[in-house]
Amino acid sequence: MRPLDRKLIRDFRRLSGQALAIALVMAAGVATLILAVGAYRSLEETRSAYYERYRFADIFASATRAPTHLKQRILQIPGVAAVETRIAEFALLDVAGMVQPATGMAISLPDHRDVTLNRLFVRRGRLPQAGRVDEVAVDESFANAHDMDIAATFSAILNGRKRALRVVGIALSPEFIYALGPGDVIPDPKRFGVMWMSQKSLEAIFDLDGAFNSVSVKLLRNTDEAETIKRLDDLLERYGGSGAYGRKDQQSHAFIDAELKQLQGMARVIPPIFLAVSAFLINMTLMRLIALEREQIGLLKALGYWRRTIVAHYLKLVVVIAGGGILIGFAAGTLLGQGLTRLYGDFFHFPFLIFQRNPDIYVIAAAISLAAAVAGALRALYSVLTQPPAVAMSPPAPIRYRHLGLEHTALFRHVTQLTMMALRHMIRFPVRTGLTILGVAMSVSLLIVALFSLDSIEYMIDATFFRADRQDATITFVDERPLSVMQAVERLPGVLRAEPFRSVPVRLRHGHLHRKIAISGKPPETDLSRVLDLNLQPVILPEAGLVLSEHVANELNVRPGQRLEVEVLEGRRAKLSLPVSQIIQTYLGMAVYMDNAALSEILDESVQVSGAHIAYDGAATEELFEAVKNLPAVSAIALQKTSLARFRETLAQTIYIMTTVYIALSGVIAFGVVYNSARIQLSERSREFASLRVLGFTRNEVSRVMFTELATLVLLAIPLGYLIGYGFASVVVKSFESDLYRMPFVIAPSTYAVASIVVLIAAGFSALMVHRRINRLDLVSALKTRE
Amino acid sequence: MVATVFDVKNLTKVYRSGDVEIHALRGVNMRLREGEMTVLLGPSGSGKSTLLNILGGLDTATSGTATFRDMVLTDMDERELNLYRRDHVGFVFQFYNLIPSLSAEENVSLVTEIAPNPMSPREALDIVGLGERLSHFPSQLSGGEQQRVAIARAIAKRPEVLLCDEPTGALDSKTGVRVLEALAQVNEELGTTTALITHNAAVRAIGHRVFQFGDGKIVQTRANRKRLKPAQVTW
Repeated sequence: MRPLDRKLIRDFRRLSGQALAIALVMAAGVATLILAVGAYRSLEETRSAYYERYRFADIFASATRAPTHLKQRILQIPGVAAVETRIAEFALLDVAGMVQPATGMAISLPDHRDVTLNRLFVRRGRLPQAGRVDEVAVDESFANAHDMDIAATFSAILNGRKRALRVVGIALSPEFIYALGPGDVIPDPKRFGVMWMSQKSLEAIFDLDGAFNSVSVKLLRNTDEAETIKRLDDLLERYGGSGAYGRKDQQSHAFIDAELKQLQGMARVIPPIFLAVSAFLINMTLMRLIALEREQIGLLKALGYWRRTIVAHYLKLVVVIAGGGILIGFAAGTLLGQGLTRLYGDFFHFPFLIFQRNPDIYVIAAAISLAAAVAGALRALYSVLTQPPAVAMSPPAPIRYRHLGLEHTALFRHVTQLTMMALRHMIRFPVRTGLTILGVAMSVSLLIVALFSLDSIEYMIDATFFRADRQDATITFVDERPLSVMQAVERLPGVLRAEPFRSVPVRLRHGHLHRKIAISGKPPETDLSRVLDLNLQPVILPEAGLVLSEHVANELNVRPGQRLEVEVLEGRRAKLSLPVSQIIQTYLGMAVYMDNAALSEILDESVQVSGAHIAYDGAATEELFEAVKNLPAVSAIALQKTSLARFRETLAQTIYIMTTVYIALSGVIAFGVVYNSARIQLSERSREFASLRVLGFTRNEVSRVMFTELATLVLLAIPLGYLIGYGFASVVVKSFESDLYRMPFVIAPSTYAVASIVVLIAAGFSALMVHRRINRLDLVSALKTRE
Repeated sequence: MVATVFDVKNLTKVYRSGDVEIHALRGVNMRLREGEMTVLLGPSGSGKSTLLNILGGLDTATSGTATFRDMVLTDMDERELNLYRRDHVGFVFQFYNLIPSLSAEENVSLVTEIAPNPMSPREALDIVGLGERLSHFPSQLSGGEQQRVAIARAIAKRPEVLLCDEPTGALDSKTGVRVLEALAQVNEELGTTTALITHNAAVRAIGHRVFQFGDGKIVQTRANRKRLKPAQVTW
């Protein structure tokens, strides 16, 4: 082995602590990149393979009753490749062993031929036979949640009649990768299931002989989706079409899109932070090493070594450190990526998972990290190149310190010389001090980004479940009922209060912007399901005009006082112009409210209700549920408390895991930066520290010089980290914003506190490790050497 | 009868470096008296620095005893040694060991802040002739000036002993003489017991007594019948 390489190995061994700290920071960057990109690709690839193999449709629409022959005319719309018509209806389910009623969606399967779009993956058993009214295939998550297997039975209220059903198959559909029940905020497979039945059976049950109420369309490549939607709407208009929509508004698809968007955001923001910090750490460490070895470098040059050989020598050290980081990152990223993809496997319902492990992302991650490491090393390597050998071999000029200019002020009267040493040292190296502060601040900001989502979600839970929707349950009727139905609802066992609501599908248009949305009609003043203004204060609905949630108002670029064109997508399909009266706050979905009486007026009908929000006496739960299960008029029921519990359960599975990962990653940065900074200080100042020891200062007093500096850096970094974290968090809130949900921007004081504590612990831990080195300082040899 | 400050008996020190044992001290016996200025002479590796480090509480002996007045240094633990250094000993080193981030005055204050009965930093710097350069940083001072700041720092706490390891080793003759003058002045005016290591034979003439070291032992002890003033010494 060449002597320089032997030196390399020894240098590496000596610097192993710092090298490991840097490698860990770099590994965090590599791992998050591989994790985010790997999970993104796996999810995306799995979804598109699933879509392709099982022919997921491009456009979806529903109607009240459209004749089967309309299918031919839909097929003739230019660009349409395939059409599948079917019956889809909600139904209340009664499953043995479950007190609460569940909601099911019954979907018809064509008899005597395979379904052409949204095909089913049959996990076990078979599909129902033509005309067998009692046979169903159920979706896998529902079956699993109830421990159902082939031959299990349950009952459903289908078109007002309770029927016993027998499971013949367990299946998955690309339409329900993410299956959300009506009125639910989070999937609950126990309480919502999809069931497929024979077309003939459902036609008979729902009196839809020779008709359909749901249609899926597959488009040819490069077809104008908006144009097709318009033509489809025109065709369905006479049959009660409630507006066709594309994949982007299909619930399951949209949720996965939102998840993919988050992964993309993560890949763009987090790895660069880690790589930048590791580049800085390499810069700091290598600068110091080269300063220490200045005479050796001069000697090597004097001996006739080429400059490039010497530069290559130090570059090798950088490559070894980066290589270690990259390998650790590969392993951690692959493991975490698989974990995350598996988590997706639980959360989203896929028949299979494709783990994307293309070598390219590993090559890219390695190349970027190596480039960051080399970029960090450049300044130090340049100083190797430029030092003339004669200068390099003479001792370096003593470091020039400056007076702070404040020494004689009252502020400094009680500052000890030890503190002064720390302050002057920081000011002597402003760039390094600044970057160290920035590095620690990054760690604080990452923690804030990781933790604030919990604050926001808690705030959202409070606003949604405790201030706005305070009902215990929401029941939806099979179809619109006269207001008098409320008396029957109030008479249900245990019901304390009931409030009606009406839901009307409309298309809102403002200039060229338009959205398909449901207007919720409510009594002007409600107590259970309340409408809250931007300050979360209850709103009394105005006698006329629309109340829009902030998100809808932004999407349509409309302000109070302006008018919206409203195209009603049911009944006589009125086209009206209505004023916007107020903007209100909701965090879930797209909300538009109106006084129900006013809504009935513009619809030119007597007051109708689509369902009711109810509060009930907990002691009467079983009787109430039993009664509801047997109510033919009810098609769905959503339970607020069950929803909330499920919501929290899901949070525990996902967000808490991510938060733990983030805390670990932030700890790595804080530890890496503080530890390196302390080690470099120790290296630069060991002679100073030994001198202090000789002068009679105790170990703790000497350590205090270093701790003062580290503590000042960390304490300056924390507020800066708050600021950066606040900025990052606001970007995250923006990027989360979708039609499905919005995040309120809330950072609780406890988040700032926890972020500070984690960073202080990481910094304290690294300071302690260096303190041990101060304790082992060799007083005699430090005094003998010249530096 | 002049009191004994240091009493050293059969002191040995063995360093272990890998498999090799290095006998730095092989049984040293000596006494240093109060107010005395002694010169420790000898080639490098002869054991003089090791002895000085043990006397100063920087290092521990392998066997034998070293006492400072009634304190047995060789029985003290790390904490006690630290207190001993803090309260009784002043050090001067070949490479000054000043704190570069502190000015001359602040380097001296460093010690006066923790000493029980110090003089003022200004006073200490006046003694070594640097009363005018209080606010200069080490990087703004010459080598001789830096060493005089180090002496001021060592004497500011009014130590009972001043231990100097090659204080002129890094200096030219002219500046070295100024440093020796400062040491001699402190010895005379404050009566500080001073031990001074050098391998510069010319310096021996300024001490009351000279211990000649060789191979870990004192090979010769000699009292100077006629001491020279530092100004009379050249090398």
